[in-house]
Amino acid sequence: MSKVLLDMKNVRVSFFTPAGEVKAVNDISFQLKEGDVLGIVGESGSGKSVTAYSIMGLLATGGRVVGGTIDFNGHRINEMTEKELRKIRGNEVSIIFQDPMTSLNPVYTIGNQICEVIIQHTDKTRKEAMERAEELLSLVGINEPKKRLKQYPHELSGGMRQRVMIAIALACEPKLLIADEPTTALDVTIQAQILELMNDLKEKIGMSIIMITHDLGVVASMCQKIVVMYAGKIVEYGSVDDIFYNPQHEYTKGLLRSIPKLDDKEHKKLVPIEGSPVDMLNPPAGCPFAPRCESCMKICLREMPEYTAISDDHYSACWLLQKKEFEGGSGKNE
Amino acid sequence: MAQYLVKRVLLAIVTIWLVATLTFSLMHLVPGGPFLAEKSPSAATLQALEEKYGLDKPVIVQYKNYIVNLIQGDMGESIKQRGRTVSDLIFTGFKVSARVGGIAILVAVSIGIPLGCIAALNRGKWLDNVIVLISTCGVAVPGFVVGTVLMIIFSVKLNLLPTYGLSSWKHYIMPVMSLAFYPTAYISRLMRSSMLEVMGQDYMRTARSKGLPQWKMLFKHALRNAVLPVITYLGPLLAYTLTGSFVVEKIFTIPGLGNAFISSITGRDYTMIMGTTIFLASLVILMNLIVDIAYKVIDPRIKLK
Ligand SMILES: Nc1ncnc2c1ncn2[C@@H]1O[C@H](COP(=O)(O)OP(=O)(O)O)[C@@H](O)[C@H]1O
Ligand code: SF4
Ligand SMILES: [Mg+2]
Repeated sequence: MSKVLLDMKNVRVSFFTPAGEVKAVNDISFQLKEGDVLGIVGESGSGKSVTAYSIMGLLATGGRVVGGTIDFNGHRINEMTEKELRKIRGNEVSIIFQDPMTSLNPVYTIGNQICEVIIQHTDKTRKEAMERAEELLSLVGINEPKKRLKQYPHELSGGMRQRVMIAIALACEPKLLIADEPTTALDVTIQAQILELMNDLKEKIGMSIIMITHDLGVVASMCQKIVVMYAGKIVEYGSVDDIFYNPQHEYTKGLLRSIPKLDDKEHKKLVPIEGSPVDMLNPPAGCPFAPRCESCMKICLREMPEYTAISDDHYSACWLLQKKEFEGGSGKNE
Repeated sequence: MAQYLVKRVLLAIVTIWLVATLTFSLMHLVPGGPFLAEKSPSAATLQALEEKYGLDKPVIVQYKNYIVNLIQGDMGESIKQRGRTVSDLIFTGFKVSARVGGIAILVAVSIGIPLGCIAALNRGKWLDNVIVLISTCGVAVPGFVVGTVLMIIFSVKLNLLPTYGLSSWKHYIMPVMSLAFYPTAYISRLMRSSMLEVMGQDYMRTARSKGLPQWKMLFKHALRNAVLPVITYLGPLLAYTLTGSFVVEKIFTIPGLGNAFISSITGRDYTMIMGTTIFLASLVILMNLIVDIAYKVIDPRIKLK
């Protein structure tokens, strides 16, 4: 068994805004083993990015981990100071963001922006860092790397810029790479290329990856485990097979239904499930999915469902499962 | 780049020619003349004078002569300050104005930029509120009010600072403060808002995700982007301040270009009016060119065309 690299236990993240406390992430737990790829799926606003940022201590001002523990590679992240976190960011864990068009600083060259992170975390000289940057650009499939080093972000296409972001993320050979919807902002053909690149790199480098997306096609081809999030909670967790062939939560089922054809491996975006997402300022007492759930029962509105384990590595929070278990249990009793 | 410069220079020449023509026409449309104020000149003297300066010729001929001389770099002699060339007078005045104005701009930039940054970094806290309050007042109070108030406090009441002339460093304090007051406030406001905008940009989040220290995020990634609006503002500000704020020069009796310009207008000193206007126009054009190039140097996305 490989080592646990990331252990999130009952993590809660809140944003303290003038309008009140936004419980963006509410009591989530999961583990990531070394070398594994974990997918986080959920619609916009479900807390995927906040989860990712909390792992790096990157939360925007006003955001705080208010409960639980985040253990990464021997560090208790949620108890570290900003200064300590700086040694880890970009070094042991790095992140790629959604929009490559705005993620690079427009006034510095590509080379400068790659070298910067290398110089920050190693004792390489500027010249050595440049050589490494050139290597990295070739690694992420950018042609004429020497020339690109001297170019500015606006001279590169979106796909190229995302490759540069990946190069920056890989520069210090992190243990964990977080990709926060890395292809959402790109054209379909470019999306496929970037995913292929990430798949390649995963094989080559063997680091752990957290792949955040709302494209189930992406997680199917890359991940071992999938976390399904809804309104700041994990509603279902399981292996790719569990989620695709044996979904338990009504939200997961809805997600799968909204992909027209899964079998022909088309990368289709999810069609949102009917109804509107939860108001995070005033979350409901019961199951957050209740207002949109076709199988909603009375108890769903009153109380939050506990997790039910379907197998060792597959669990879900839905009252229907509790009911099944209860009925199953009573059946045995007779 | 060379092509761009040639284009800009050609454009500048056309602009200056237009300015010269317009000024010339307006000047001759306004009633009065350079010698009317002089104590009842005899008809003979008047004619002699007009002949000397070519004012007896038809206006269109005067215009032609002026332009021909201008092309040769000759702006003529001052009509009022006899024996001195216009170029010489402008140069003398500009030296004074540029020194006071230059110091004022240095002060405005080196106080305004940090102030704006400090406010942005402390957004919503008391320090920010204080800076915003001061800079809002700053842009609402005109320079001559500042000058007058300073004069009342430091010269009249406390008797600390001299009120006119520029013979020691003490003389510079009040004029520089009056000139720098508005731009300092304006720059700090500009800087604050652009800094706030920059800090919310995705590339700042990227910088943070790289584990860069605070100072590097601020000085390397934020400042260079945030300073761009200030650079844009610097163009007109430089031209305006370097040539001397008329009012401030009047208040503190500074023998600068602003003062010279005003007297030339009231005295209908035709050659001086033309000379100063053309000089001001050229300076504005030059400053804008410099600012455009500086902008390009700071922001590689800008294409000069
Ligand atoms: N800076 C912030 N200030 C206040 N609330 C925030 C902030 N960032 C995120 N949130 C809240 O956290 C919730 C989850 O956001 P996010 O993790 O970005 O969703 P996504 O799953 O689309 O990545 C949002 O509904 C939002 O209300
Ligand atoms: S707990 Fe109830 S409302 Fe929530 S998903 Fe299950 S059935 Fe639907
Ligand atoms: Mg997101």
